[in-house]
Amino acid sequence: MAMIEIENLSKTFQLHTQGSARIDVMRDLSLRVEAGECVALTGRSGAGKSTLMRMIYGNYLAAGGSLRIAGTDVVTASPHDILQLRRETMGYVSQFLRVIPRVPTIDVVAEPLLALGTPATIARDRAAHLLSRLNLPERLWRLSPTTFSGGEQQRVNIARGFAHEYPVLLLDEPTASLDPVNRAVVLDLISAARHRGAAIVGIFHDAEARAQVCTREVDLTAFVPGRAA
Amino acid sequence: MTPLLSVKDLRKTYGAHVGCTDVGFDLFPGEVMGIVGESGSGKTTLLNCLAGHLTPDRGQVIFDTRADGPRDVLAMSEPERRMLARTDWAFVHQHARDGLRMNVSAGGNVGERLMAVGARHYGAIRAQAADWLGRVEIDAGRIDDRPTTFSGGMQQRLQIARNLVTQPRLVFMDEPTGGLDVSVQARLLDLLRGLVRDLGLSAIVVTHDLAVVRLLAHRLMVMKDGRVVESGLTDQVLDDPQHPYTQLLVSSVLQV
Repeated sequence: MAMIEIENLSKTFQLHTQGSARIDVMRDLSLRVEAGECVALTGRSGAGKSTLMRMIYGNYLAAGGSLRIAGTDVVTASPHDILQLRRETMGYVSQFLRVIPRVPTIDVVAEPLLALGTPATIARDRAAHLLSRLNLPERLWRLSPTTFSGGEQQRVNIARGFAHEYPVLLLDEPTASLDPVNRAVVLDLISAARHRGAAIVGIFHDAEARAQVCTREVDLTAFVPGRAA
Repeated sequence: MTPLLSVKDLRKTYGAHVGCTDVGFDLFPGEVMGIVGESGSGKTTLLNCLAGHLTPDRGQVIFDTRADGPRDVLAMSEPERRMLARTDWAFVHQHARDGLRMNVSAGGNVGERLMAVGARHYGAIRAQAADWLGRVEIDAGRIDDRPTTFSGGMQQRLQIARNLVTQPRLVFMDEPTGGLDVSVQARLLDLLRGLVRDLGLSAIVVTHDLAVVRLLAHRLMVMKDGRVVESGLTDQVLDDPQHPYTQLLVSSVLQV
């Protein structure tokens, strides 16, 4: 079943504060991702990889086209529907961890489950399981991740993204600042998610990682206006 | 799903001056809506119209009441509206002094709201007040102290306890973290977010602080000159703003 169905998607940025510059960054992009697929987005810097991920998540607005996630068109859906989609269906592991200072790491990771109404003890057990799998020392769990190193923050972000078993997962360079041991753990998590039937779209600059977990690559350069004929 | 609050075509003028106009939105249970805009944009006027502190010139504010389902608050009798304000609604003022009785003890401040809805058993009221002081992280030993002896952050947390003790379903907040230290703000945000999630509260938060709405609000409305110029998911409006004014607002902040 196609979990992600994108048709003729386009994106324009209009910069009103900078002389009303209009930048077309994407035109007529179509893509289908089935359950159990892991698609790597490729293309040079500026090809729109992050832009597409953000559009799928409802973080950027589309200028045209449709973008259906498990049947809901994110382009036209109400904020209320997108919030529900994000809670239940679609997870996003970004490169940046944005949290309220002083919230303990374990609660940051457990939060997606708590938001779904999972009892706190079960949510924290799952969070603890993921954090230990990702080799984050237990003495750090009660601390806020705001002061952690880049690699530690990334692991917190990944644990948070994998806490709930989302049917759709978006991964923005999930292995970027990890050591080989943790990189292998993350690749295992991704493969396991794929085998349980998640539809995954990701940006992986790490070519070896890409080869190991991805079922297919899509070069977005073709959808940059003014490049492809 | 029935919206908890459904606002239609709301308008409030002050003589020739437009306070706010053409405002409409639905708020669902468990959702937090942020309203941002600079001073004079009409956001506080709007909040006061919604909360019943001001009477709008036209429009509807339909609240899904426990007893009778959706009803237009503006068409209710004054006693009905007061009852709503004491039970299902809460209002957190920017200045805790406006929302607290400064010459009454902390426990009394919380207990008073319970008594207003009919609680009479002293022991039960005091126990519930103590429980709520704990939830907002005020030491139980301070229950008999007056808020005048509290820090600004403690006063704000006490105001929140006073407001939430009756288990309202909709909370209006006017700059709830304004004037507080950054570390105190974080603590308050964490507290508010936990309460929203655990109690299934809905909230409308007026602020000029984009970092606060990013962390607290699911949805965002941007106001300018009394009108809503842009609305949507909070992160979408902040990361991909469409209206020139929102772009200016977002680009004027160092980092949100």
